[in-house]
Amino acid sequence: MEAVDPFIFYLAIFVLAIFVGYYVVWSVTPALHTPLMAVTNAISSVIIVGALIAAAASAMTEGGWVAKGAGGLAAGLAAVNIFGGFLVTQRMLAMYKKKEKK
Amino acid sequence: MNADLAALLYLVSGVLFILALRGLSSPETSRQGNNFGMAGMAIAIGTTLWLVSPDVTTWGIILAAIVIGGGVGAYIARSIKMTAMPQLVAAFHSLVGLAAVAVAAAAFYAPESFHIASDENVGAYLIRTPIHMQSLIELSLGAAIGAVTFTGSVIAFAKLNGNMSGAPILLPARHIINIAIGLAIVALIVMMIQAHGTVEWHFWALAILSLLIGVLLIIPIGGADMPVVVSMLNSYSGWAAAALGFTLENVALIITGALVGSSGAILSYIMCKAMNRSFISVILGGFGAADGATAASTGVQRAYKAGSADDAAFIMRNASKVIIVPGYGMASAQAQHSVREMADMLKKEGVDVKYAIHPVAGRMPGHMNVLLAEANVPYDEVFELEDINNEFSTADVAYVIGANDVTNPLAKTDPQSPIFGMPILDVEKAKTVLFVKRSMGGVGYAGVDNELFYRDNTMMLLGDAKKMTDEIVKGL
Repeated sequence: MEAVDPFIFYLAIFVLAIFVGYYVVWSVTPALHTPLMAVTNAISSVIIVGALIAAAASAMTEGGWVAKGAGGLAAGLAAVNIFGGFLVTQRMLAMYKKKEKK
Repeated sequence: MNADLAALLYLVSGVLFILALRGLSSPETSRQGNNFGMAGMAIAIGTTLWLVSPDVTTWGIILAAIVIGGGVGAYIARSIKMTAMPQLVAAFHSLVGLAAVAVAAAAFYAPESFHIASDENVGAYLIRTPIHMQSLIELSLGAAIGAVTFTGSVIAFAKLNGNMSGAPILLPARHIINIAIGLAIVALIVMMIQAHGTVEWHFWALAILSLLIGVLLIIPIGGADMPVVVSMLNSYSGWAAAALGFTLENVALIITGALVGSSGAILSYIMCKAMNRSFISVILGGFGAADGATAASTGVQRAYKAGSADDAAFIMRNASKVIIVPGYGMASAQAQHSVREMADMLKKEGVDVKYAIHPVAGRMPGHMNVLLAEANVPYDEVFELEDINNEFSTADVAYVIGANDVTNPLAKTDPQSPIFGMPILDVEKAKTVLFVKRSMGGVGYAGVDNELFYRDNTMMLLGDAKKMTDEIVKGL
């Protein structure tokens, strides 16, 4: 049997993750929709993975410094989002309190 | 071996991100969920650093980026006002978009670092093999969606932050312009593939056109449609991440991209449904600009009942049940703390106080809930439209503060009205409606007059939302 292109496996993960996302997000209570946007924003900054790889590009190769610069820029932007996104979510979630029992 | 272990760690981080969203199903589990998210991010970053084992220069770049970026992010997160949350989220989306463009550019310039091309020794020469076609498609999609997210979010930010008028800007022939740019982007991707990704201007032309279309897509959309726009851009930032996840063959990025993409899409859907508008009509834009002109010009002032803060205080003190309906006006007047104070006073008098929130109240999904939470309103006193709508008929007072279109009974009775069919809060069923509004002149975002103002059981409280509420508190 011929080998399956790894792309197909990644595509399978992608499609299944969309379904997971669909069910998980529908179960989020509407009261927490703003924190949901803030936290999805923070986790989408996992794009920093690509930024780190780019920053580590060899400076010896053609285009290496362009990649390093772009990687550094992307890492900085993603870092703003990671720290900002998670901390602001934490701050918001800390405000949601139940009625005090009397 | 290392690569396998790294792939597993990325999978763990993806699963932690799923748990982070799962936690948001209730406020009790949400804080733990956020911690899962942070753990997932730490694992993803740690794994990548271990995998690429940076040299000294690279460490310098990475540490500088993380320290500066992280410092700025932490400062913003600590100091931002809760009322400014919509523009903050828009600003954060723009950063993800720009980061995606930068990563795609890096992959284009140094493909061998991303393992999408390799340097081969051919005789005495080092020859770079062309970037794989599939990777070129993925990275150009990532760059294009990222660029649209970037400029689109910048425009959304400017509109939300008041740097730019919230009114729709309608270019003539804008649909034709957008379609032409869209086709040009597709053509550029094809050219890039034919040139095996060796021609630099292909990439930059693609990026610039995508930046332009991001601007053109968002400028025709008006202020109150921003909940849809912000959700949509949230979704785009996810798809951009997913596209680059394929380029990098990184499971954490693919899973996250899919999660964020579907999350944003679902939120856009919920927002559109709450306005009874199709997603397409929101995106095509211009709502209220054309129709609003006619509605506003029929301005014969009809009779209404105006009241003072003391009247309102008197009515509410003698009520047994008060439902508070907040909207964007409460946010812009920063009145949430005064409202809570008023509710506390009423509760001391033995009045049952609840809050009713329309899904599109405010400028982003859940905007009102966050503001009320900030003012220490317990979340179990705050109800969504479906859960509280039939309680208005048993309420003595509906206190509408800064909401307008979402209470307009015309949405149920007038098929001609642009908001016909939109689910509304049935405030008119309450014995008395106290409607706080700055003046009688303005109409709501939809450009429709609100039938509610002229009802016998409505008392208009004209003035600034915060001042009016403060005076009522004094009156109590």
